[in-house]
Amino acid sequence: MVFSNDTSKHLAWLESEAVHLMRESAAQFERPVLMFSGGKDSLLMVHLAKKAFHPGSIPFPLLHVDTGHNFPETIRFRDDLVGRLGVELIVRSVEETIEKGLAKEEKGVTPSRNKAQIPTLLEAIKDFGFDVALGGARRDEEKARAKERFFSHRDRFGQWDPKNQRPELWNLYNGRSEKGEHFRAFPLSNWTELDVWQYILQQDLDIPSLYLAHKRDVVEREGVLLSKSPYIELQSGEAYVEKMVRFRTIGDMTCTGAVESTATSLEEVVEEVATAQRAERGARADDKRSEAAMEDRKRQGYF
Amino acid sequence: MDVLRFTTAGSVDDGKSTLIGRLMYDTQQIFEEKLEEIERNTQRDDEDLELALLTDGLRAEREQGITIDVAYRYFATPKRKFIIADTPGHEQYTRNMVTGASTAELAVVLIDATNGVLQQSRRHGFIASLLQIPHMIVAVNKMDLVDYDEDVFREIQAEYRQFAEQLDMDDITFIPISALKGDNVVDTSDNTPWYKGSTLLHKLETVKTQSDRNQVDFRYPVQHVIRPNQDFRGYAGQIASGKIRPGEEVVVLPSERSTTVDTIVTLDGDQEEAGPGESIVMTLDDEIDVSRGSMIVRARNRPEITRSIDADLCWMDEEAMRADRPYVIQHTTRRTQAYVSKVVYRMNVNSLHREEASTFKLNEIGRVELETADPLFIDAYKVNRATGAFILIDPDTNATVAAGMIRGVAENVAPYGTESETGTERAASPNVVWEDLNVPREERESRNGHQAAVMWLTGLSGSGKSTIAKELERRLYDRGCQTMMLDGDNVRHGLSGDLGFSARDRKKNIRRVGEVARLFFEQGNITLCTFVSPYQEDRDRVRQLLPDDRFFEVHVDCDIEVCKERDPKGLYAKAESGEIANFTGISAPYEEPASPEVVVHSDTDDVEACVDQLVEALLDRGIIE
Repeated sequence: MVFSNDTSKHLAWLESEAVHLMRESAAQFERPVLMFSGGKDSLLMVHLAKKAFHPGSIPFPLLHVDTGHNFPETIRFRDDLVGRLGVELIVRSVEETIEKGLAKEEKGVTPSRNKAQIPTLLEAIKDFGFDVALGGARRDEEKARAKERFFSHRDRFGQWDPKNQRPELWNLYNGRSEKGEHFRAFPLSNWTELDVWQYILQQDLDIPSLYLAHKRDVVEREGVLLSKSPYIELQSGEAYVEKMVRFRTIGDMTCTGAVESTATSLEEVVEEVATAQRAERGARADDKRSEAAMEDRKRQGYF
Repeated sequence: MDVLRFTTAGSVDDGKSTLIGRLMYDTQQIFEEKLEEIERNTQRDDEDLELALLTDGLRAEREQGITIDVAYRYFATPKRKFIIADTPGHEQYTRNMVTGASTAELAVVLIDATNGVLQQSRRHGFIASLLQIPHMIVAVNKMDLVDYDEDVFREIQAEYRQFAEQLDMDDITFIPISALKGDNVVDTSDNTPWYKGSTLLHKLETVKTQSDRNQVDFRYPVQHVIRPNQDFRGYAGQIASGKIRPGEEVVVLPSERSTTVDTIVTLDGDQEEAGPGESIVMTLDDEIDVSRGSMIVRARNRPEITRSIDADLCWMDEEAMRADRPYVIQHTTRRTQAYVSKVVYRMNVNSLHREEASTFKLNEIGRVELETADPLFIDAYKVNRATGAFILIDPDTNATVAAGMIRGVAENVAPYGTESETGTERAASPNVVWEDLNVPREERESRNGHQAAVMWLTGLSGSGKSTIAKELERRLYDRGCQTMMLDGDNVRHGLSGDLGFSARDRKKNIRRVGEVARLFFEQGNITLCTFVSPYQEDRDRVRQLLPDDRFFEVHVDCDIEVCKERDPKGLYAKAESGEIANFTGISAPYEEPASPEVVVHSDTDDVEACVDQLVEALLDRGIIE
C-alpha cells in the first residue's frame, strides 16, 4: 500500500489527543510517572510530554524498570536522552527484586524476565506513591489492548479488571480513585505502528540505532530471530548467522526478535511498515506462549 | 490524510463482524499470522473465509457470558485513517453503543436483508441521532441471500426512511451489500447493476469529516496552568470550538473579567491562529484569576452560565439513578456536584415513545433536569458537542454512571404523564398551584356547539399565514364559532415587546404565545396562531401544552423565491442587505415540520383552496360539524 505524503492532518489530530491526555494526567493526579523503556513508543511519549508542558519542563519523572537483559544500545540511548532533557530518571532493577525474593528467575532455554517486571513495577509505584503511570501502549498492538481505556483503573493489587472498566465518552476522562489504587494512562491508544513511524519521521526524532537495519549475529528459534547475547544459550543444532536485520519493537534481548530488513533510514522504515505483512508483536516470543498471553500479563499489572 | 471515526452496531447475526473483517481484508490490513489463523479456523466447507474471526473478541465475550465492551479497530487506506468503535447491538448494550457513538462522526447501521427492519435497527438509528452523529450509512447486508433483489432493498430503504423522519438525522445513505461475498463493500458489485451509488468504503473515504466541529463559537476550557517561572503564565487546553488569534478580546468565566489574548504558544513556535481540536497554550495580557475549569470565550459570544440544566441522560451503572444524592458532574474540564432535580420522561428506545419515570436503570435513556453546586458554561449539545456533553460520576465508587447531552438551561418542564383533568400538561413554577378553571372547558364547548382547538400556522415570512388565517377566521365566525387569532406582529408589539430574534428569544416568544393560546383554548375558542416559529422544538413544546387531538400544526409551505417576490413588508430586501439579522430563510434556519397535521401549498394554491383544506381538517377531527 502506498501512502500519500499528506499525513500531517491525522498526525496533528493524534498529537493533540495525546497532548490533551498528558495534561489531563498532570491535572487530575498528584504524582504521575512516565514509564520509560527506551523503545520508540516511550521516546515518542517523552517528545509529546515536552509538547504538552512547553515552555515548562516535564512535570513528572521517568521510570525505567530495568530487567538487566536490555540491549546496551537502549541504555546508552536512555542516558543520552535524559541528560539532554534534564528530567529525573528512576531506575528500578528486576535483578534486585529477584534477589529480594519477590520474583523468580525463569528456567528454560529462553528465560524471560517479563513476568518478573511486574512486582518491580508495582513496588516502585507503591514506594514513590505514584497515582498514575503513563505508558506508550497502543490499542492496535494486540487484541487484549483493543478495549483498553485511555485512563485505565488498577486496584490496590495493581490489577486490571477488563470486566469492570469505566465507560469513556467524548474526551471526558474520569481519573478519580481511592488511596492506594492507581491508574495507567495511555495517550497513544489510537496510534498505529505506522502512525508512530510517520510521526517520528515528520518530527525528525532520534531513535536507537536498533530500529534501523544493521548487520547482526542472530539465531533462529521457533520462527523468531534472536540476537546474539550473553543471556541466550545455544541449543544443539543452533548456530549464530550474520544477517541484515532491524527491530520493530525493543524489549529484552531474550525475547525481542529481529526481522530481516534493508531499511537503513527512517523513510525506508516507514515504507517497510506501510507494506508490512507481519504483525508488529509477531516477533515477540513472549506473546507466542499462549493465545491469551498478553491478557494474562495485563491482568497482573503488566504495562 | 485525515481521520474518520465511525461506529458499527449490530449483533453477530447481522454480519457486523464479517463486515469489519471484510473491510480490513479487502484493504489489506490483515497480517499474515492472522490470515493463517483464520484459514485454520474456517471450518465451513465453502470457499468463503470466516472473516468474522478477525474481530472475534466480542463474540467470545458473549459466549463466555462476560461483560461486552467497545472494541476499537484501526485501518487505513491511502485516503484516510479509520477508527472503528465496534459495539454489540442488543438492548442490554445500549451504554456501549452510546460510548462508541460519543466520538463517532458516522454510524454504520446494519440491516439483514433476510429479516428487514427490526426494532434493533431503529434503536441504532435513535442512538446515533441522540448522540448527534452527523452521517449515517444503512448497510443492507446479506443481499446474496435474497438474490440481489432490488425490491427487497427498496422496501427496506423506504421503511427505514419513513422511520428516520422522526430522527434528527440529515444524511442517510443506503447501500446494498454482502459482507460475506464482498459486494459493494470495497468493490462495486456486478450483482447489483440497479444500484448506482457508491460502495461502503468509497462513502467512508469521501464523507465530509469534522462537520460536527463548531467553527464559530470560541470555547476554550482551561485544562492546566503552566508556570515554569515568574515571567510566564500560560493556560494549556484543547480548543473545544471556534478559532482565536492573538490580540482578540476575550472574557474569562466564571469571573467574567475581560482581557486580550497575548500569544498562542507551542513547542514548534508561536501561532497566528488556532482552531477547534488544537492543543495549545495561551497567554493573556492581564494577570487575572484563571485556573483549571475556567473557560475563555469571546466577549460577544458566550455560552449559557447556569446552575440548572435540561439534558438527555443515558444511565450506565448497575445501580439505578437516585434523586436524593449528589453525583459529581464532569463537564469540559470542570467538576462540581449535581443533583437530579427532575425526571421529565424516559424514552422507550424501541418504540421511541416517552414514558413516565422516576428513575433510570442501567441502559435507560431519558430527559432530566439537574441542579449543580457551581455554575457550568454550557451550549446545547446539538450546536456544540464539546461543550454540550458531560458525565456523572458516583462519588463513592468513582464509577462513571451516566452520559449526558445538554439541551439547554432547565425551564421547569412538566414531567411526562402529569396530566390535569382537562387533558393538558402543566408546567408548574415552584410554589404555584394551578387553580382549576371555574367553568370547565367542556361546558363552554357544549354551549358553543363546537370543540376548542389550536391551529398553529408555521411558515416563512410572506408565505401567507396571516392572509389564510384571517380568511379562515371569517368563515368560522360566520358559522357561529368562537374564535381568536394571535398574530406574530401584534404579539411582538405588546406581550413580547422585550424580545429580539435570536434563537433564544424566539423560543421565549413562542413559549409565551403557546401559553396564551392555551388560555384561549380553555375558554373554548378555535385559536388561530400565525407565527414563523422556525424551530421544531418550540412548536413541539406548544403541542405538549394541549390534548393530542386538539392541536393542528399547519405548514404553510411556500417557495422562498415566491415569498421574496411577495415581500409584503419589504423584510427580505432588508435581510438580504444585512439590515435585519437572524432573518428566517436568509440568515437564520427554518426547520420544516416533521409531521404536521396539514400542509398547504400557498405558492401553487390560492387562499380559498388553502382555507378549504383547513376547514376540512377541523371537520375530520370533529372540532366543528
